[in-house]
Amino acid sequence: MMISWTAVYVMWLREMKRFVRAKSRIIGSLIQPLFFLGFLGLGLNKMAVPGVQTGVTYMRFLVPGIIGMTLLFSSSMQGLSVLWDREFGFLKEIMVAPVNRVSIVLGRIAGGTTSTMLQGLLVLALSFLLGFKLGHWPLFLLGLVFMVLIAFSFIGFGLIFASRMKDMQGFGIIINFIIFPLFFLSGALFPLNNLPLVVRLLSYIDPLTYGVDGLRGCWIGASAHPIAVNLMIMTAFSLVMLFFGAYFFEKSESV
Amino acid sequence: MDAIRVENLTKRFEDVTAVDGLTFAVPQGELFGLLGPNGAGKTTTINMLSTLLKPTSGRAEVAGFDVGRNRDDVRKSIGVVFQEPALDGKLTGRENLEFHAMMYGLGRDERKARIDEVLRLVDLTDKAAVLTEKYSGGMKRRLEIARGLIQWPKVLFLDEPTLGLDAQTRRHIWDYVKKLNKERRVTIILTTHYMEEADYLCDRIAIMDHGKFVALDTSPHLKDVLGGDVVSMEVEGDADAYVAELRTLDWIKKIGRHGEELNLTMEKGERRIPELITTAQANGLTVSCVHLRKPSLEDVFLHFTGRTIREEDVKVNMWHGPMAHGRR
Repeated sequence: MMISWTAVYVMWLREMKRFVRAKSRIIGSLIQPLFFLGFLGLGLNKMAVPGVQTGVTYMRFLVPGIIGMTLLFSSSMQGLSVLWDREFGFLKEIMVAPVNRVSIVLGRIAGGTTSTMLQGLLVLALSFLLGFKLGHWPLFLLGLVFMVLIAFSFIGFGLIFASRMKDMQGFGIIINFIIFPLFFLSGALFPLNNLPLVVRLLSYIDPLTYGVDGLRGCWIGASAHPIAVNLMIMTAFSLVMLFFGAYFFEKSESV
Repeated sequence: MDAIRVENLTKRFEDVTAVDGLTFAVPQGELFGLLGPNGAGKTTTINMLSTLLKPTSGRAEVAGFDVGRNRDDVRKSIGVVFQEPALDGKLTGRENLEFHAMMYGLGRDERKARIDEVLRLVDLTDKAAVLTEKYSGGMKRRLEIARGLIQWPKVLFLDEPTLGLDAQTRRHIWDYVKKLNKERRVTIILTTHYMEEADYLCDRIAIMDHGKFVALDTSPHLKDVLGGDVVSMEVEGDADAYVAELRTLDWIKKIGRHGEELNLTMEKGERRIPELITTAQANGLTVSCVHLRKPSLEDVFLHFTGRTIREEDVKVNMWHGPMAHGRR
């Protein structure tokens, strides 16, 4: 099967144009993380939050979690954007073009990852203004790799759902019953050590747990699992999600 | 050579057979119409021919390629204008066309030239830099027709190209479509539930109902089925002798009498009116009113399906509205 790089590029280009034109969407997507960082981070900064490693302020603990949250929401929306294309009819224009579906999926993933990363980096820049400081450069870069892996994972995840759904009706269900639990169970806001066993077990099967923990390991030098473990789990999970996302998108009927 | 060949094409959704064993062929360069009410299976047929839906059974070839096995070859040979707008509203008119041209693998120079050309064709050069979400319905349609032409398709599918447009815009689009077909020899498959549209544009018309063709011919031939024109006359006086005389004339195919009104079916009605009047006067009658009605496609549709297309529409919208919508 020949991948059409022109098609990948044009899908990416379209997403970039949409991204820079949707200024209200960009601002909107920054407001929520900013509230979390501002109210929770600054408000609880002086308090000892149980489970947070000694010597780590709550603000430092929270920033990787909020970056993870931004990436989770943004990338699942990117995957689910197939639903919008279906709703507004543009999906047909894409599907009737003489390029293979793999190229289209790659273009979507490229575009979705770029815009998700831009949002994540914007939130990171904001957190510097709030006093967040980074450690070593190599580890900072490894943190960016974790960001990309989180983006890949949930774009693939969104694609799977969007390809199985015919309309927007299931959209709210996905957000409330899947995305929000993934966020809370990941330990993005506080360590889950003191919660009931069931919750802790669930957090172990939440992939975002390892994404956020990886970011913490890289950026604040304190994590629950070794960075290498986080990296392996996230790599494997993102590849599986991308594969199934592409698979289901290819199998989906566009009308 | 045939641009389209269809054999026994069938599409079943869970509980409904939307397209039921269609067999037909469309020669290259023809403007072929699919006429039928909502839910007749027109769009489903187009979706199968344009590779968006897989047929349940049967086969179809477009531009010589099988729609199941050679999807990419079919896609390269066709242009499609869908029933509902398929534009990205956050892109400008030109960007929508560029997206399309790149997807079809046109090089940079060719792209620019073709896009300028098709924009001129649909009179949208001035609006090319405007986001398409700001376009009116008619402008969107025109842009989509332009887009369908960028790659010089061998076959162009137009699914209800003038649905919901005002009369003037509709006229414009008809002219474009005709021009394309005549000047560029593009084979065009058009679906519509407007009688006058099918009548004005199409070389041949297939009347579709419940997933099947109930008739397929040129518009004049379809109308011939009805036996010709109807001349209605109102006469004053005792018409019995007159009617008896009319019955002896072999060119009158049918005589209907409602009080003072006579409905006479015949071919070339306009040439027979003087004779009818003379005969009436010879029988001592005064003709107060004569009315000639040419059969319309509407009458043809009524003849083949037993319903008018409008009452069918109302029924579909009332009872199956959401379902019909979901299946487009």
